[in-house]
Amino acid sequence: MRSAVTPWWRNRRLLPWLLQAAVGLVVLVLVAFLLGNLVRNLTNAGLLLTWSWLGNPSGFEISETAIPFDASMPYWRALLAGLANTLKVVLVGLVGATLLGTAVGTASFSSNGLLRRLARIYVELIRNIPLLLQLVFWYFVVFLSLPNGAAALQMPGVVLAKSGLYLSWFDTALQWQVPLLENGVWQAPLRISVEFAALLTGLVIYTGAFIAEVVRGGVASVPRGQWEAANSLGLNSMLTLRTIVLPQALRVIVPGLNSQYISLAKSSSLAVACGFTDLYSVAETTLNQTGRAVEVMLILLGSYLVIDLVISALMNRLNTFVQLRER
Amino acid sequence: MLLLRRLATAISLLGALALGGCAGEGSGVQSQKMATIKARGSLICGTDGKLPGFGYVGSDGRYAGLDVDTCRAVAAAMLGDGEKVEFRDLNPSERFAALASGEVDLLARNTTMTLSRDAAGGNGLSFAPTTFYDGQGVMAPSSSGIRELKDLAGKPVCVPSGTTSELNLADRMREEGIAFTPLKFQTLDQMWTAYFSGRCAAVSTDRSQMAAYRSILPQPALHTLLPVVMSKEPLTPSTINSDPAWADAVRWIVYGLMQAEELGITQANLEAKLAAAKADPNQAELRRFLGVEGEFGRQLGLPADFVVKAIRAVGNYGEMFERNLGQASKLKLDRGVNRLWSQGGLIYSPPFR
Repeated sequence: MRSAVTPWWRNRRLLPWLLQAAVGLVVLVLVAFLLGNLVRNLTNAGLLLTWSWLGNPSGFEISETAIPFDASMPYWRALLAGLANTLKVVLVGLVGATLLGTAVGTASFSSNGLLRRLARIYVELIRNIPLLLQLVFWYFVVFLSLPNGAAALQMPGVVLAKSGLYLSWFDTALQWQVPLLENGVWQAPLRISVEFAALLTGLVIYTGAFIAEVVRGGVASVPRGQWEAANSLGLNSMLTLRTIVLPQALRVIVPGLNSQYISLAKSSSLAVACGFTDLYSVAETTLNQTGRAVEVMLILLGSYLVIDLVISALMNRLNTFVQLRER
Repeated sequence: MLLLRRLATAISLLGALALGGCAGEGSGVQSQKMATIKARGSLICGTDGKLPGFGYVGSDGRYAGLDVDTCRAVAAAMLGDGEKVEFRDLNPSERFAALASGEVDLLARNTTMTLSRDAAGGNGLSFAPTTFYDGQGVMAPSSSGIRELKDLAGKPVCVPSGTTSELNLADRMREEGIAFTPLKFQTLDQMWTAYFSGRCAAVSTDRSQMAAYRSILPQPALHTLLPVVMSKEPLTPSTINSDPAWADAVRWIVYGLMQAEELGITQANLEAKLAAAKADPNQAELRRFLGVEGEFGRQLGLPADFVVKAIRAVGNYGEMFERNLGQASKLKLDRGVNRLWSQGGLIYSPPFR
């Protein structure tokens, strides 16, 4: 045999594979060492991950819940109630911020100079002030200075008081019911707490400013010629916007909206600043009562991750829907 | 942002545990924590930072309060100087994670000692002697007509989130069958702002704390502390469970302050007492206590005269109380159950023997 078989240490296919395997092994050993160490130390500290405490009675109350809850229910129900509150504020916030953002974003193309300038002032003012400050402002300065009882701000069908916002709605007998003052306490079929109202206002106004910019960018990306062409076809500006410009602008707007939506969901955890009991607030109390810092943090991380991934997935579906379909 | 901060603490806790290896294996009195503190040359103490009487920053920019003085006493006993303390302001939810991760050496932050906080399977703290026996109460505007718990039915009550106050109130109201709305706030400032602006019909937390806040109001008489006391709140400094030698040192430094009051040793007469003890070999108890003879200090891993150093820095327990909470302070709290046992109170030091 003239050509000897290539020895394995000179095999060009085997060597890179071996190298990768070696690196992989080192990483694996390192991870195993760290994890083992973590488990050993957590065990020594009596903090090994356990989940049985989730079934213990929570013993604390939550001021307003979207699902039934009381202090005798276990921790997992409390966390679920917190999650429901977070989802409530995120969902309502998303709708509100989108409406406000779209309105302001399109207003910056208005032929009315006053409207255009107001939109610019709003955006520049709001997006340059930290959200936490705005929430504290809305709660402590605006909503907590509302008067109470008979002095409350009364508008047709709506009452704004320090104890909450009272709205007209159908009562249990399906009768239209307006807010009534009974013994100095307002009663109405629909009551929104000032904590929720402050958080929602803060989130909607803050995120709305960013969405306005995304919408403005999207509309600006549509070539001027499209407007002019629509004009020359005799379409009015509303019709132009709806049928010509927005469908094209959406391709630019949707990806930008995605990150604003995610950011709103994450910012909702600032609810503690204005006394609203969301997932984060419940988790905080739970952490204090049980001492299970690592587990509670993992639950929190997981929950916000899932919320954001779901928003992202839905927005990606919407994105493929508005994309240019090439035939 | 808050989430991020909490997350950072949790991650640093995880990291410390993952990388900590065999840390914490001391022999004899050589505790890891005490070695760290001595090498650093200062004690890091977790405190409230905003609670008058216990831990707050005075108008002169200096930390003051009963908890703050406890920190200073420990620093003085260990390092010879009561000023060698770095204070960290912690909110109720941060405090245990900060202690567990080693961010603070000692937690002196009006923390109630409870079973689950002490237990290794709970928060895993090691409690020093209780420095203030408190109880939870309710405060309401004097004009509101709220005189007892059942007047709170259906009304919003402000409570600090993540504290025993929150749970005690929920327990008590559930027992009595009174429905109420708890409004939880992460910081006391937020809670008091909400209460003063009238969002809550009442506020519920430790009685001493409410007395303290009321004392700094322009018109304290506008607010009434209801007679109801719904819990036992022994406010107690704590360290981590895994370093018993460090916990012992803190425990006996605090006992030293109480014993000093019992023996009538004050900041003013300390040097005279010390000279007397040195001169007279028959004063055996005083000599042992002040470290003139015996080896109490060495057994704890502290200087022989650790008690002298602590008293020199902050005075005895009674002086600390009077200065921060008693008649010499704005709070003007009565000693009440926080008197010495010999005067019918609960402050009691085991023998220095």
